Amino acid sequence: MAQTAPVETERPVGDEDVAPDVPWIVIVWNDPINLMSYVVYVFQKLFGYPRDKATKLMLDVHQKGRAVVSSGPRERCEFDVSRLHAHGLWATLQKDR
Amino acid sequence: MPGAPVKRSRRGGFDLRIPARERDVLATLPDMLRALLVEGDAKDPVLQRLFPNAFTDNEEASTEFREIVHDDLLEQRLAAIDTMERTLRSDHLTEDELIAWLAALNDVRLVLGVRLAVTEEATPADFAGDPETEGSFELYRYLSFLEEYVVEALSS
Repeated sequence: MAQTAPVETERPVGDEDVAPDVPWIVIVWNDPINLMSYVVYVFQKLFGYPRDKATKLMLDVHQKGRAVVSSGPRERCEFDVSRLHAHGLWATLQKDR
Repeated sequence: MPGAPVKRSRRGGFDLRIPARERDVLATLPDMLRALLVEGDAKDPVLQRLFPNAFTDNEEASTEFREIVHDDLLEQRLAAIDTMERTLRSDHLTEDELIAWLAALNDVRLVLGVRLAVTEEATPADFAGDPETEGSFELYRYLSFLEEYVVEALSS
């Protein structure tokens, strides 16, 4: 994104086409460093997912390069991303289109 | 697993069976990591990996996000390093202490992995030649080995 509109509003940066009811999603991207077992552990710990679901998400990240690990309001997704970053995972959030 | 370097203890917490020689290696990590976190250049790819962009397509939002969360993340990382350093010679760790070890070990793996540009299929042969690089990859592999056991112990 090269240009942003003048900051005259309270809305979050980069949210030009605001659609409040569109949920946000959190994506974890594959990386060659984090151990598969560690990623499963982090998904279980942060999201309370059962081992099976955490393992499936880890395998999606590993094999497809990315997986959606949570979704919801923007603030919730920002919180999840910050927790994933604290655990060394490469995570981003975006609007679910 | 009898030979495991760390396992859940029947009396609660975790037993550590890590030889002194290996602990000497681990003892070098806290200062290295702290120096990087506190004095490092924010543009260093290692620090960008530890504090990554939260948006793929919006640099400005990523910067704003980083400004909000950076200090908390940094504080958490430094606290984990302090805990690991304080308990480096312990034979027994609480769950919180082992979780701190895991965080610090994984951060060091990220640092080494980015520096070495490791791939999932990396082998020692890929880093042969330069003694420093060889040593870094050996350390990376040792920390991976240890981290596997830490994750297994915490998940048990």
